[in-house]
Formats: sequence, structure tokens, C-alpha cells
Amino acid sequence: MTVSILHRVTGSGMATVGVIVFLWWLGALAAGERDYARFMDLLTVKSGAPNIAGYILGIGLTLSFFQHMMTGIRHFVMDAGAAFELKANKSFAVLTVVVSVLLTAALWGYITYDQLKAAPAGNAPIAVETK
Amino acid sequence: MGNGTHIGRVRGLGAAHEGAHHWVTQRLTAGSNLLLMLWLIVSLVRLPELSYGVVQSWLSSPWAAVPMILLVISVFNHFRLGLQVVIEDYQHDETRIVLMSLLNYFTIAAGTFAIFSILKVAFTGAAA
Ligand code: HEM
Ligand code: HEM
Repeated sequence: MTVSILHRVTGSGMATVGVIVFLWWLGALAAGERDYARFMDLLTVKSGAPNIAGYILGIGLTLSFFQHMMTGIRHFVMDAGAAFELKANKSFAVLTVVVSVLLTAALWGYITYDQLKAAPAGNAPIAVETK
Repeated sequence: MGNGTHIGRVRGLGAAHEGAHHWVTQRLTAGSNLLLMLWLIVSLVRLPELSYGVVQSWLSSPWAAVPMILLVISVFNHFRLGLQVVIEDYQHDETRIVLMSLLNYFTIAAGTFAIFSILKVAFTGAAA
């Protein structure tokens, strides 16, 4: 029961907040280097790591996506007529939340690890821009 | 097929076929969303950094620009259908028509803007 409202909330959230961020990002990218840097400045600190707003939006949207993805897959299974038994249904519902949290943690763990590993922008493949 | 009562007129004609089409499209786009969104997340995470130069040259490749346009078409259609259902569920008076129109205008305008931006990046490739 609870996860079906999660599906609606995450879907609607991505369709509004997610789409605005997406358009803003693409628009700034198309507008050119200066505008893109301004966009990134709003979401990151100097090193390129996310700031508070970047983390809230980034983690919020990835968690929403994975939750919606898992409940979406649950929809597919149930449309096929499976997992209607009370117990299976309940475990599947719980599973969607567990898996989406794990995937989000894995993704952000990877991103953070990568940034630590990359250390000061020394190995950037292109000329490092200065702000 | 009779020509008397309303039910008599429609009986035997089957469904309008619109409802099922909506349902099927929602699921077709859900499937392509799944592939394309995972592609986008993996691609972005695998970029060395999200600086202008890196993202710009990534998106100017047809291998990124084409899936990106497909993603916009798939996701935008998907959320238009999805939000339509949400509006139908909560909005029962005239505001429903207004919201529905806004939703359609918004989706088409936003989708066009997104595709234009992608093409602009792709076609102005080398210049940075
Ligand atoms: C909550 C909504 C939004 C807020 C608060 C917002 C805020 C901002 C801010 C503060 C800037 C930097 C402006 C500057 O310093 O010149 C900016 C730039 C930009 N935004 Fe937005 N924005 C929003 C929504 C959008 C949307 C929906 C789009 C695209 C459809 C968009 C596209 C752009 C573009 C292309 C730029 C670069 C423009 C330029 O400087 O030439 N923004 N925005
Ligand atoms: C992995 C990718 C995705 C899958 C598998 C998926 C799956 C689904 C399915 C099966 C439905 C229909 C639910 C029903 O009939 O009750 C749905 C609804 C919806 N989806 Fe997605 N989706 C995906 C990505 C997205 C994205 C990226 C967005 C937003 C940008 C989105 C927004 C919505 C909305 C707003 C609804 C309507 C929710 C409702 O009626 O309660 N979806 N999704």
C-alpha cells in the first residue's frame, strides 16, 4: 500500500523538480561555458564536489529514481499476474525500498570515492578551467 | 446495435481503445525509460568530471546525443501520461481541463527546449 503512493510521489517529483533541473542543466550547457559554470556554481563547491543544494537535489532525485524504478518493476510483475499473495506482495514492497536505498548509497559512495581518489584536479584530461 | 438508449448505442462496439492505448504507452515508455535512464546515470558517473569541456564534448558525440533525445521523448511522454492520471484522480471540476492543457503545453514546450539544447550542443560540437 505505502509503496504505491511512493511510486506516485517519486514520479510526480521527478516530473517537476527533476525536469526543471534537467532543462536548466541542458539549457546552460547549450548556452555556453560561462552559463554552464554558473549553473554548476549553484550546485557545487570549488573542488567540483556537490554543495548542500547539490547533495539534496542529487541524492533526492537518484533515490526517487531508484524507488520509482523498483516500484515500476513491481508494477510489471503484478501486471503479469504474479506476486498477489499477501506475503510475497508485502516482501516485494519492502524489497523495493531496501534496494532503492542500497542502489542510491552505492552510487553516491562510488561518486564520493572517485572524487577522493581523483584528488586535486591534477589528472583532469583537459585544461583545468580556473574560476 | 440499437439506436435508442445510450447504452444500446455503444453496446457491442467494444472499448474506445484509448484507455488501453494510454496504459500500453505508459508501459512501453516505462521500459525505454528504464534502459535510457540507467544509461544516463552510468554515463554521467563515468565521466571524469562534470566540467563544461567534458560534458560538452560528451554530448556532442552522436552516441550520447541520440540516446539523450530518445530519453527526452520517452521520459516526457511517460510523465505526461503519468501526471495526466494523477490529475484525473484528484481534480474533478473544470480545473481539470485547465491543468490538463497546461500539462500538455508544458510537456511539449519543455521537450522541444530540451531537444533543441541537445542539438545545439551536438551541432556546435568543436567550438568550446
Ligand atoms: C526554480 C526555477 C529556477 C530558478 C530559481 C533559476 C535561477 C537561475 C539563476 C540564479 C541563474 C543564473 C543567472 C545569472 O547569473 O545570469 C539561471 C540561469 C539560467 N537558467 Fe534558470 N532558474 C530556474 C529555472 C530554469 C528553467 C526551468 C530553465 C530552462 C527551461 C532555466 C534555464 C536557465 C538558463 C539557460 C540559464 C543561463 C542563462 C544566462 O545566464 O544566459 N532556468 N537560472
Ligand atoms: C526506470 C524507469 C521507469 C519505470 C520502470 C517506470 C514505471 C512506471 C509505471 C509502470 C507507471 C504506471 C503506474 C500505474 O499504472 O499506476 C509509472 C507511472 C509514472 N511515472 Fe514512471 N517509470 C520510470 C521512470 C519515470 C521517470 C524518469 C519519471 C519522471 C520524470 C516518471 C514519472 C511517472 C509518473 C508521474 C507516473 C504516474 C504516477 C501515478 O499515476 O501514480 N517515471 N511509471
